[in-house]
Amino acid sequence: MTALHLEFDVAGNNFVSAGSASDEVKKTLKMLGVDPAFVRKVAIAMYEGEINMVIHAGGGKAVVDIFPDRIVIVLEDHGPGIPDIELAMKDGYSTAPDAVRDLGFGAGMGLPNMKKYTDSMNIESTVGEGTTVTMVVNFAR
Amino acid sequence: MDKSLHTVTLDSDKCKGCIACMKRCPTEAIRVRNGKAKVHYDRCIGCGECVRMCPHQAKLPAYDPFEDIFKYKYRIAVPAPSLFGQFNNLEDVNLVLNALLELGFDDVFEVARGAELISEETRNLMREGKLKKPIISSACPAVLELIMMRYHSLLSHVIDLVAPADVALRLAREKAEKEGVPPEDIGVFFISPCPAKVYALKTGMGLNKPAADGVLSIGELYFKLLGVMSHLKDKPLKQLSKTGILGVRWAASGGESLGIYQNKYLAADGMENINNVLKAMEDGSLNYIDFVELGACPSGCVGGVLNVENPFVARVRIRALRDKLPPVANRLTEEDKPRRFYHWECPPTPQDVYKLDSDFAVAMEKMQRIESIYKSLPHLDCGACGAPSCRAFAEDVARGETTYEMCTRRDNQ
Repeated sequence: MTALHLEFDVAGNNFVSAGSASDEVKKTLKMLGVDPAFVRKVAIAMYEGEINMVIHAGGGKAVVDIFPDRIVIVLEDHGPGIPDIELAMKDGYSTAPDAVRDLGFGAGMGLPNMKKYTDSMNIESTVGEGTTVTMVVNFAR
Repeated sequence: MDKSLHTVTLDSDKCKGCIACMKRCPTEAIRVRNGKAKVHYDRCIGCGECVRMCPHQAKLPAYDPFEDIFKYKYRIAVPAPSLFGQFNNLEDVNLVLNALLELGFDDVFEVARGAELISEETRNLMREGKLKKPIISSACPAVLELIMMRYHSLLSHVIDLVAPADVALRLAREKAEKEGVPPEDIGVFFISPCPAKVYALKTGMGLNKPAADGVLSIGELYFKLLGVMSHLKDKPLKQLSKTGILGVRWAASGGESLGIYQNKYLAADGMENINNVLKAMEDGSLNYIDFVELGACPSGCVGGVLNVENPFVARVRIRALRDKLPPVANRLTEEDKPRRFYHWECPPTPQDVYKLDSDFAVAMEKMQRIESIYKSLPHLDCGACGAPSCRAFAEDVARGETTYEMCTRRDNQ
């Protein structure tokens, strides 16, 4: 059985449509009958990732592969990149501009939450070129 | 119990097979087949959107006929608070309650009284601090059904309390029994603003057995009441109302939230808005909120399709009653506190109505088929195939419920 492959464009600077890709993925997982607890983990991690792309990178692409035992989410952007990944991973650390914070985003919990709700997370980033975040959630049965 | 009997039915002669109801159904439960709207009742949450949208009045919300009350010797009316929002310049809610007695009821028991007790129990549970936040209100049965079907991971956030109407119905019956009326003579009738509550109360959602002997429609009683009220107007009225404004305000969106006596609440109404709130809860972006009140109808229960008045007008009238009623009139008594009947006897369970197959491998194959069918469709969501969107059509084809040839707009690509 091959994986189910889904691709989404994430529009930049658009908070209204932010979350639409994670929404589609949630819907798909529910139709597949994936346990609600895993759907929730995927929802939280992917939503945070999408919001990050909107805030920091002017959007990007979400590539999702669903296997019987896991989901692999790759979020790829061509934004400014992350100079210090270790620092960016710290709870509460944020580089979001005030305008974004005024909207209630940018609390510095995005990346930590993505790590917390996934079974593995890998960040590859080059300053000036962009960031690719790969997250895996296992569906333990 | 058969849902088709208790949510909406179709007047086939009036249905033109247009797609108005199908496009608006929030759970994609409607398809147009052979020129008529067909409801998949396992997906119907009774919200009444299709009744509201139908331009031909072909959608009939289900409820019991008024005459049913005469099957019982001792009849108790249990009106939803939205009933009070239907009448212009209502100076005294007792006028409506007295009119109910004139129509043939022997006693009245306001649902608002049950609401005040549920508010108090909600505050107690919140104070105990054992609930998962944000806590979701269990009051709107259409919302509850929606969560059971579509938001399984949020079921554990729904507060374990029955609907105010169930509490009122049970207390009403208990009162009559205490007064010596033989139990078999008692008929307790809920007067409902919406088909979702008709279904929930008739089937006893959350309970071992239904608390209502019948559920009537506000709309059907409205004209009967108007006639009686006009001739009661200048006569002395019996003091029948035993509710405060807190319970009555449950009729409109935000009213229930006033009863938790805290600020970190969210109140949303209308199917689109509540879906957005539930999605946001799934994404974990509303974790800072304590209490979430969701009502399927626009403006809350006053927007239910069994009402007659415009919900915005009804809402103003409900608010105007503030000067005429005490703030709160019902408190849990020592006798009430250990009572189980404020809580669910059979908690809501997830319903797998969207799952493609119980075998993951088969579900995966179907999902892949849906994706490939969807890609070949024109993405117009025109509804001509009888499905609400191209995606829903692709699902129907993959589930074997329709054929690919039903799409007549493939040339548009």
